[in-house]
Amino acid sequence: MAKNTIKVRAKIKGGKCVVKTLIKHPMETGLRKDKKTGKKIPAHFIKEVVCEHNGEKVCVANWGVAISKNPYLSFRFSGANKGDTIKIAWTDNKGDSDSIEATVS
Amino acid sequence: MNLARRDILKLGLTGAALATLPIGVLVPDRSAHAAYPEAVFKEKDLDKALQDLFGTSDIPAGDIKIKAPDIAENGAVVPVSVSTSIGGVESITLLVKENPSPLVAHFELNPRADGYIATRIKMGKTSPVIAVVKADGKLYSASKTVKVTIGGCGG
Amino acid sequence: MKKLTKKLGILLLALPLAQVAVADVSPEEELVKFQNYYKQKFPDVPFQDFANGVYSIDPASREQWEALEEFPPYEIDIEEGKRLFETPFANGKSYADCFENGGIGIAQNYPYFDTEKKEVITLALAINRCRIENGEKPLKYKKGKIAKILAYMAYTSRGNTLDIKIPNKDALEAWKKGRQFYFSRRGQLNLACAHCHLDNAGRRIRADILSPALGHPTHFPVYRSKWGELGTLHRRFAGCNKQVRAKPFKAQSEEYRNLEYFLTYMSNGLKLNGPGVRK
Repeated sequence: MAKNTIKVRAKIKGGKCVVKTLIKHPMETGLRKDKKTGKKIPAHFIKEVVCEHNGEKVCVANWGVAISKNPYLSFRFSGANKGDTIKIAWTDNKGDSDSIEATVS
Repeated sequence: MNLARRDILKLGLTGAALATLPIGVLVPDRSAHAAYPEAVFKEKDLDKALQDLFGTSDIPAGDIKIKAPDIAENGAVVPVSVSTSIGGVESITLLVKENPSPLVAHFELNPRADGYIATRIKMGKTSPVIAVVKADGKLYSASKTVKVTIGGCGG
Repeated sequence: MKKLTKKLGILLLALPLAQVAVADVSPEEELVKFQNYYKQKFPDVPFQDFANGVYSIDPASREQWEALEEFPPYEIDIEEGKRLFETPFANGKSYADCFENGGIGIAQNYPYFDTEKKEVITLALAINRCRIENGEKPLKYKKGKIAKILAYMAYTSRGNTLDIKIPNKDALEAWKKGRQFYFSRRGQLNLACAHCHLDNAGRRIRADILSPALGHPTHFPVYRSKWGELGTLHRRFAGCNKQVRAKPFKAQSEEYRNLEYFLTYMSNGLKLNGPGVRK
């Protein structure tokens, strides 16, 4: 289980909850070659990001290798209040995962 | 419900049958969300990818705004956002035609979510960036070409 | 390659390369000339904005940079840098013991000329000397842990104004050497730093826009999309030298430290804005 890979900001702005998240992950495409060995570096990327508000799924992202390294995601939704809980959880193609909970400010 | 839907997808039904299936609808009753479209992420042809996802590659233009640079500073990190005021958005899909595999990302959105996502993507070369929005069972698309260049300062 | 050489050839012919006068150079006068040159070349750029490099002179790339700055990739590195900075050494001491103010908000004081040791001390060098003095192995200078620690220290120093001093004759010699380096041609492409970043700042080299030298050192360490990670100023020096097909000097070599001393002095008056994100 990966740790401390997710940063998230959730703020109420104009009646909506705006969520921005940055995740530390190599998002390796599997197409790059190791300069020293000449071998292809295996693909290592986040496949799914599940974003929940007070336990309810608001956004589910399916990602491929073309999402940039240290990926960023932002989305907005209504019906949230300050103090609510946002949860961001990811799983990658190697079965690794991490999650974080944050408070809406 | 989800199991039956996956079986139908495997049988490769096209057109109307797929269009009526509630693919990627997030309902607030905590049911499992749609399965990760493994095969589509590997699909090399844009039209085939669209057909696999939506049952058609012929998607009409809609009121969708793609915010992306005209010329990407660096093809490895291209900031892109998709926003639409079309109501009832269920999903937003991002594709890059000239990438080795065009499907970049697929976002399922709860009815409370705005028709908006922002992310950063990799582009191998100059290409149209395509957004497909599914709203109230209907499909809409938009496209914006982003140029990817070779820098002079060593790329 | 042929096309590029041809274009560069035309570039070089037209160059009004600034004089490399040897006699008596006054850093104070040079500083004013240098900064005025850019102010005149880019009259619409507010002085402090030069710290943002190419983004101060190109709206299209600025927009992309601002999109990245909404949640910059180096934020993760700042956190890791803070953890590294606050972790004590095996002997119980920590980085805070080596620096004034516990190492917080002091990056604008670097590099400085150590009048006793008669050399330029950069922040990276100071970090490693701190480690060695406390029985730890030095860190590599271009990326990784040192870059993260520098990111944290740069972050705590954001907004602080550069006011690099030249205290004595030895310091002046070091500054002159840095200046000499800056204006000397090198590499197969036979270019000096000044060719691109002074004479041709704002012009294009293929699809890149050459950034002004004024403001160059303020935003390091930098997360370059090209690197996919943080890198230090000397990493960039080495990269730039490689790009003109010159053999780079070692990070924290005397040459690069003198160059950093010169460059940073010439950006006096600008506020630090590191760590930064660039292409």
